[in-house]
Amino acid sequence: MGLFLSYTWRNLTTRKLTTALTVLGMGLVVFVFAAVLMLGHGLQETLVATGSTDNAIFVRDGANTETISLVMRSDAQIAKTQSEVAVNAEGKPIAVNEIVVLINTTKREGGDAANVIIRGTNDNVFELRGELVRLTAGRMFTPGTSEVIAGSAVAKNFTGCGLGESVSFAGREWTVVGTFDAGGAGFDSELWGDVDQVQQAFRRNIYSSVTVRLRDPALFEQLKQKMESDPRMTVDVHQEKEYYAKQSQATTTFITVVGQVVSFIFGLGAIVGAMITMYAAVANRTIEIGTLRALGFSRGRILFVFLLESIWIALLGGAVGLVAASFMSLVQVSTTNWDTFSELAFSFALSPQIVVSSLIFALVMGLVGGFLPAVRASRAKIIESLRAA
Amino acid sequence: MRVFKLIYKNALRHKLRTALTVLGIAVAILAFGLLRTVIAAWYAGVNQSAPDRLITRSRISITFTLPVAQKQKIERIPGVEAVGHGTWFGGIYQDPKNFFAQFAFEDTSMFRLYPEFIVDEGAIDKLANTRNGAIVGVETMARFGWQVGQKIPFTGTIYPGTWDFEIVGTYRGRDETIDDSQFIFNWQYIEQRMLQEWPERAGQVGWYVIKIDDPARAAAISQAVDAEFDNSPDETVTETEAQFQQSFVAMAGTIIFSLQVISVLVIGIILLVAANTMAMTARERISEYAVLKTLGFSGGHILGLIGGESLMIALMGGVVGMLLMFPVLNGVAVALRSWFPVFPIEARTFQLAGLAAFGVGVLAAVFPAWRAIHVSIVNGLRRIG
Repeated sequence: MGLFLSYTWRNLTTRKLTTALTVLGMGLVVFVFAAVLMLGHGLQETLVATGSTDNAIFVRDGANTETISLVMRSDAQIAKTQSEVAVNAEGKPIAVNEIVVLINTTKREGGDAANVIIRGTNDNVFELRGELVRLTAGRMFTPGTSEVIAGSAVAKNFTGCGLGESVSFAGREWTVVGTFDAGGAGFDSELWGDVDQVQQAFRRNIYSSVTVRLRDPALFEQLKQKMESDPRMTVDVHQEKEYYAKQSQATTTFITVVGQVVSFIFGLGAIVGAMITMYAAVANRTIEIGTLRALGFSRGRILFVFLLESIWIALLGGAVGLVAASFMSLVQVSTTNWDTFSELAFSFALSPQIVVSSLIFALVMGLVGGFLPAVRASRAKIIESLRAA
Repeated sequence: MRVFKLIYKNALRHKLRTALTVLGIAVAILAFGLLRTVIAAWYAGVNQSAPDRLITRSRISITFTLPVAQKQKIERIPGVEAVGHGTWFGGIYQDPKNFFAQFAFEDTSMFRLYPEFIVDEGAIDKLANTRNGAIVGVETMARFGWQVGQKIPFTGTIYPGTWDFEIVGTYRGRDETIDDSQFIFNWQYIEQRMLQEWPERAGQVGWYVIKIDDPARAAAISQAVDAEFDNSPDETVTETEAQFQQSFVAMAGTIIFSLQVISVLVIGIILLVAANTMAMTARERISEYAVLKTLGFSGGHILGLIGGESLMIALMGGVVGMLLMFPVLNGVAVALRSWFPVFPIEARTFQLAGLAAFGVGVLAAVFPAWRAIHVSIVNGLRRIG
């Protein structure tokens, strides 16, 4: 086995340009394949991270996003006072009733308009989301004023949303008194203000959602059943994590469909590239193959050796592509999430599963590309091969 | 003419390799065309916009509604010929995956604002007389196998509850660039139910469509409309239909940018495949080139031979790729119809694809040709295969 490995490896280094071109081509394909998967994964991770399994969120039944959900004040009150809801040291429920609206504002770069989420929330919101979200600069907004705090991505990407700046919407100027970081979760793409002030500014007297902390995550089903069978209530109850995770579906599906089609076509191109290289390798080494056969190497061995060479090229390409793709995880992108219609910042995210899929993808390209040339090599007749010079 | 014969014979010397290279280039050209078309599909809404139509929406964002009372004020503004309003319904038919656009239009006059929608004869009258009537694009009719007269249930997301519609007719686009997938019904159906169930939400519409008499005055009329509602609780933004559509394209800026990057990478891949082939070809034939040189052929001749072969292979690949585009694009159009009701196969895509194939043909030949020209005759002749 060691002999085979060193033999195939040396063959690769003999024709450096051709090998390099093929490896590079495959690397490019694997790079695109991995990058597309990373993009979809990053988007999902961001939204999954937005929720917590300890929390339950109440929205209007049938509403798949908070922006179109409407929860009555009375429903909000009932939701907060259930026995499954955790209470703080002062005996108050750990819960926020929030209003979520989209405003159209401009990006710092390019000046394009995009939709940003304004979340009117309560000043005890950090009780509920404190593990995920923390204030990084400035201070919390003061209830009853036109003050807001900005998520890190919004502060960076949108005009007037940085610390100390002010942004105008709904006929008012809002001062950004603090910035917060949600560790890459969806909240980083939001502005948070006082719920009553946001309601007044947008002339709404209802909430979009109520989020509560559960005493025990296991109580979720019980709460859900109780609320959804309560005839007074017109709400759906979701586990917060699942709820946000679902909100990337349209965009993730789009990225995946386009990505798969492109990767498939790219893969075909790379297989062709590998075939050309391997056929040439076989043709150039006719005498060598004849010699090997004369020395007693079986057809199966020859097939194996050439296939191995092709797999080497593919795995090298896969490694090159993955290394290049891993740098993409430093890149933060932002795009409209088509489920909520709001701007969402997220990063390319690598996962062990993506590494494995990419290497398998490379391996398949190598196997398919190398198979026919390897068959040709194994079928060579000893006498004719030796005579070929 | 001998040169062409030589190029042709050379290209066919390694039939399998040439065929593979042609295939590789074809595949890449196909990918390039696919990506270009997806990008073009984002712009379909912008391209079908009429210059004499303005859209007025809430200043806050498109998700906010406007009071229907604004309509009369807009109608009085000089230069405004007609005003209609539309509202996004966002219902779910059976499963969220079955997505298509549903709009509540003010009344039948909206169809006059959109002459590019060719509606069945008599359907507009029927729509006016059927409270829950709907006119549906032929594409959506075909997608779900619906018939005129059929009742279609929706689950509301923005307007809660179950909604039943009756299809009273169909429309088709005036040409291929018009979206044939929309589901259009009477705004009064929503309005009456809101009055009963949720009075605060009654009297609200999504946006206004304004037909103006002179496209050249679009900017001035837009300003006049917005000035009318400045400092009111419902401030507006008025822009041309093209600008309005462009703002949706801008939302996908990152996606479009990455698609553009990938479409350039594709060209890179073809270049690698083609350059690889030409490098092998030239390497194998170094001694032949030396013979040609001995016979008095100049460097230019050799460049012509290698470049010609490279171009021929690349252009063959280009042609095959473009032929494959038609069936593949049609297949993708079906897979992505929830996102792109209009999936245009543009002439420009073919021009660019042809240009790319040509460029690849030229570039792939540069390095091998340089090597072939600069090899000394003695070394070339001495070299063994």
